[in-house]
This record gives sequence, structure tokens and C-alpha cells, in this order.
Amino acid sequence: MADIKDILAKYSGKDDLIPAMQELQKELGFLSEESLEQISKRLKVPLAHISGVATFYSMFKLTPPGKFHISICRGTACHVHDSEQLQKFIEKKLNIKAGEMTKDGKFSLECVNCIGACAKAPAMMINETVYGNLDEKKIEKILNSLK
Amino acid sequence: MNFANETMMYLTQITDMKKGNDELAGDRITVGLATCGISAGADKTFEKLKQADLGIFLEPVGCAGMCYAEPVVTVKQKGVFSIYGQVTEDKADMLIQAIRNKSVCNELLLGHSLSEIDYYKKQKRLLMENCGKINPLSLNQYVASGGYKGLSNAARKTPEQVIEEVKIAGLRGRGGAGFPTATKWSLIAEKQGKKYLVCNGDEGDPGAFMNRTVMESDPFRLIEGMTIAAYAIGSKDGIIYTRAEYPLAVKTLQTTIDLAKKQTLLGKNILGVKGFDFNIRIKMGAGAFVCGEETALINSIMGNRGNPRFRPPYPAEKGIDGHPTNINNVSTLSFIPIILSMGGLEFTKIGTEKTKGTAVICLAGKIKRPGVVEVPMGTKLREIVFDIGGGPVGNTKFKAIQAGGPSGGCITEKELDTPLDFENITALGAIMGSGGMVVVNDHACMVDVARYFMTFTKGESCGKCTPCREGTTRLFEVLDKITKGLGTRDDLDKARMLALYVKENSLCGLGQGAPNPVLSTLNKFMDEYLAHVDNKECPSHACKNLLKYIILENCVGCGNCTKHCPTGAITGKPKERHVIDQSKCVRCGACYDACAFDAIERK
Repeated sequence: MADIKDILAKYSGKDDLIPAMQELQKELGFLSEESLEQISKRLKVPLAHISGVATFYSMFKLTPPGKFHISICRGTACHVHDSEQLQKFIEKKLNIKAGEMTKDGKFSLECVNCIGACAKAPAMMINETVYGNLDEKKIEKILNSLK
Repeated sequence: MNFANETMMYLTQITDMKKGNDELAGDRITVGLATCGISAGADKTFEKLKQADLGIFLEPVGCAGMCYAEPVVTVKQKGVFSIYGQVTEDKADMLIQAIRNKSVCNELLLGHSLSEIDYYKKQKRLLMENCGKINPLSLNQYVASGGYKGLSNAARKTPEQVIEEVKIAGLRGRGGAGFPTATKWSLIAEKQGKKYLVCNGDEGDPGAFMNRTVMESDPFRLIEGMTIAAYAIGSKDGIIYTRAEYPLAVKTLQTTIDLAKKQTLLGKNILGVKGFDFNIRIKMGAGAFVCGEETALINSIMGNRGNPRFRPPYPAEKGIDGHPTNINNVSTLSFIPIILSMGGLEFTKIGTEKTKGTAVICLAGKIKRPGVVEVPMGTKLREIVFDIGGGPVGNTKFKAIQAGGPSGGCITEKELDTPLDFENITALGAIMGSGGMVVVNDHACMVDVARYFMTFTKGESCGKCTPCREGTTRLFEVLDKITKGLGTRDDLDKARMLALYVKENSLCGLGQGAPNPVLSTLNKFMDEYLAHVDNKECPSHACKNLLKYIILENCVGCGNCTKHCPTGAITGKPKERHVIDQSKCVRCGACYDACAFDAIERK
């Protein structure tokens, strides 16, 4: 794993705050308190401002996600294809609610507002892979195939 | 700045147009590897075709808009061009065999040209012309398809003349309200000093994905469009603000920007013209719908929370770091090279009196052929839904188009003969917005759709102004109550009053538009609201709390339903009629699906 300081080396001012947070999250999986403090030092931005930004944008995670992070799409096209039911199915299957992680750290689940795969609705994203035209059987197969 | 006439010559020196031409004209196999394609397994199909080693040039392309037919493969062999659909990994062998036999695989064939396919018969491909045709990462193919002709033409004109050309074309911004692009540019062109050009690719509208498609499939056109715009307004700093949810689009854009820099199509002295400097960098959003609003977007670029602010001052006066900033949408900027290449006057021959050119629309929802569609402005909505989209899925009935996302409204069956343009759609109580159209069939409840949008906007409201922050939450509560069968007629009045208040008093477009889905459904589907409040019924059987499952007399007592019921709500002796305990029933419908005797009624 890359060192936080090395990652931050190319960033300097407040304009770089969001890109720096994005890259750190990509490397570390989430933004720990320590990493936010280091960003604050490096970019000379108050921690309170960083905390404000981190909690405003839905993509920033302050707790570690599972090995497989499932984003179930709750956009309009997915909604009319009953993605709410699929969300409930995954919740039941993994025994977690949206926003939570399984005890073994394998899966975490969140609802997102639209991943832009509307023609393939209902859709979900696992890490950076998009899966479309889902139904319960397909989801079961996909989840079982992830090791 | 004085530009030489040799820009086109210069272009032929820095790119290999012949190579691009040869690749496009020769025998070639392509696989659509945009996000839609990959989610349907096109990457696996590509790998299989590669392994098969067919001796024909194989390369990835973007998305031609036929999302419903993904994975899409095209084959040109011995002069015969064929388009194949639904070529999943398991069906690839069939196609490989046909290619080896130098024959056509009829089982998978969609047609021998796009115009042969029903989906394209009423379309007019201008902006999408290269999508699905060229390799998005190939500058040579882009130039061979007429790319950078627009910039070459622009470089021969003065910035004022470029703006004039866009004015003649009558181009209106494709991001929402349809503001004339040339007017927007003139305002900032007058300003002195450092200026920013921002491409708004923060396509957060659920139901819209044309920006993603264009960025993934024809990124050079956007880069060229931005370069022309930068020349016209006098900016040296370009930013593409797009969504982190679009990793492939970001990757594709970054690769092509680097490539353009290498070929001096970005950077210093573009096209060899001294003093024509322009650079583009990408900024990713971090998941906030409100950042599509221009002042919120500027805040986000500057490393702040994405809160909007009062206007004036408009971004053209005070934008990023206080410098004048011009913001255009992806589609708008992608139209620029076309206009400069074909001429503004030619562009006006397409479209209606008030809205020129084509519209790029995303069709999604309960429709047979979802995808990205490009039609001349003025095309009737009915043609888009039925002739192009194939109508609603299965044997279901069309109910409405939800147009324009969370700030839009619904369009009903009897309004379908309206010709598409900004004014007409607004008159129907919806908006063009970025062009997302979600088709809803008779299985969807319009009250539930309105409730869904309020869930969306209350979650995305930035919280800065009270009417939006509190109003969207209260509106959601009223609608939620109605969908649960707890609403009264008073609640309908309350919903309308609140909606109007939020619309009039919110700070930015998000709040001002948020009540539209509620007002539009109240105006057009009052009967559905009344059924919910008066009869505690959902006519579409979509609101789960209002559903009731009842076991009828013809129950044979097989017990299958009891096995499927997740809550143990069904009881009964073998071979006798069973009963559902309504207090335990969660209305999941498992018993209804499991019953082989049609003995369960849903009402």
C-alpha cells in the first residue's frame, strides 16, 4: 500500500482537496481520521472544512467498505423496474441493511442515485463493474461467484 | 491572434488520416465496449473474438445507442457489413463460425446498415455519428471521419466570427433550459484577463446517460468542441467536470486528452498557430446531484461543499476563484465542431423554428428498446416511444413519459403527438432537461413515482435554503402517507400548496424544480391520487401497503403458498381453503406467484 505522504505529494492547495481525497480513498478504501489530518497539513486547509466536504459528498467513506462494495442503483429507470425489491433481496441475503457491511468484511451495500446504466435497468455496481438487467437469480449468481 | 490558412495542412502532418481511413474502410470487426456493452458482457465477447484469431482487424468501439441489443458486434468482411446484436459470450462461437465460413450469421443479424434497423429509421445521427463506429481512442479515425475540420475552419475566423456562426446556427444549450449558446459566449468574450471554460458533464439526472455515452464513445469531438469554444471566448483553461460514477468515461477522456496534447491539439500553439494555447483537465464530482447547478459546480471545483449561491453575480462575471467562467453541457459543446464544419446555416435546416438541430434522448424504463436516440427537433413523442423505442414492454399499456428527471414532469398518452422542442415540452408541464425520458407503463403508480422523486430530492437537497431542505422532506412525508393509504383529501391540497411554495422560494434550480413531479402528477393523474385517499386503493397495484392478497374459494389446499410465505401469514388444513392473516402479511406476492390454481386474488 502506498504511503499517504507519497500520494499527497503532488497536491498543494485547496483546489486539490477533492482530488486528493478521491485518490486517498481509492488507495486506502476509505478516509481515516489520520488521513484527513494529513490532508489538512499538506494542503493547509482546516480540518473542519475537510470534514464538511467529506460529509457533503456521498462518495466519501469515513469507515472501511467491504472487499466487494455493492452500489445498488435507485435511479428512476431502476425504480420502475422495482429495484427496491432487489435492494431488500440483497439485504436479506447478506443479512445487512444498506449502509452496512457483513461481519466478515466481504460485502458492503449502499443505495446510489443513478449509475447511468438506465438502459440496463435494474442495475448495480460492484466496485467498478456494472451489472445490468438484474433479477434475484442473477444477483444470487453474481454474489456467489465473488470470492 | 492571426491564424494561418494552413491549419488543415498542419492537421494532415500531425495525424495519419490515411491510416484512419484504411482502418474504417477495410475489413474490420468491432465490439461496443462502452459501459452498457460491458454490463451485458461485451468484454467477454471481445476476448473470445480475440482468442479466435480470425485474421481480421478487431477493435473496440463505443456505443451506437442500441443499448437494448448489447453486446453489439459489427463485422465487415469482403465488403459485406453486418451488425449483430445480443452477441453474448455463449453466442460468440456461432458468430465466429460464420466469420470463418465467410458467411452471415442470420440468427444474430440486426441488419446490414443502421438505417435497415427499425430503431434507427426515424433517427438523424449528427452528434452520435461516430459513436459505435470509430475507436474512441483513435485520433486517426476521428480525423478520417471529419474530425478537427471544425477547429480548422474556426482557426481561420476571428473569435467574433466563430460566435456569429454559432448564433446563425441558433444553437441552444442542451443542459436544461435551452439558453442560446452564442449569447452566453458573447457575455464572457467581452471580459478581460483569465477566464475558465467548464464542460458540465455532471449528468446526475436519473434516467439520463447521453453524456456518458458521448464521453465514452466520441471523446475527441468534445475536446474539439471545447477547443473551439475556448478560442471563441478567449480562455486558456478548460475543465471537464464529470461524475466519479463514470470511471470508464473518465479514463477514456484522460487518455484522449493526453493524446491530443502529444499531437499539439491541446497545449501551446494549437495547430501550429502561435499564441493559441488551451489545456483541459478533468475534475471528478463525488456524488452530489446539486453539483449540476452551475454555482454549486464552481464551488465543488474550488474544493468546497457543493452549495449553490445567489445569482447575480453570474459565473460569466464571477466564477472559479472570482474569474469569469463559461459553463456548457457535454452535448452543447459536442455540437460545436459539427456547426463549424457544416456551417451554421446548414445546421438550421434541421429542427423546428425555435429549436434547431437534433435532440439526443435517453430512452429508459418499461420500454422494449431502451437506449440513446438522436432525432431531429420536432419529431413527435409518439414516434420516439413507439416507432423507435418499440412501445412499452410485453403486452403492457403505455401510461406516461417521465421527462427531464427530478425537475421534470410527466407526459400522458393524449399528449404524445406533440413535436419535441424546448417550448412544447415546457408547455406540457415537463422539461427537456438533459433529455432523459423514462417510459412508465400501466404497472407503475404515478403517486409512487412522485414519492420516489421526493425521496431523491430530499436526499440530494444541499440543505442551504429552508424551502428546499424542509419542503422536500415534508412533501415526501405527505406522499408517503398517501401511498400507505393514510392520506386524506386535505393532504392533496397540502401537497399542492407545499409544492408551489417550494417551487417559488427555493434558492436554486434543484429546489425550484423538485416539486414538478408532484404538481405534474397532481394535474394529470388526479384519479390515481383520489383512489389512494378515498378508496385506499392503488389502481396499478404498485403501492405495497395498499395491496391485499386474498385466497379464493377455488383453493384446493395444496399448501404451496404456506411454504413460500416468508412470514408464516398463511394457515389452513390440507385439502381445505387456506386463509391469509392480513396483520402478518408483508405483501411480497410470493404466494400469488406460487399458486398454480389462480386461487389468490390481488387487489
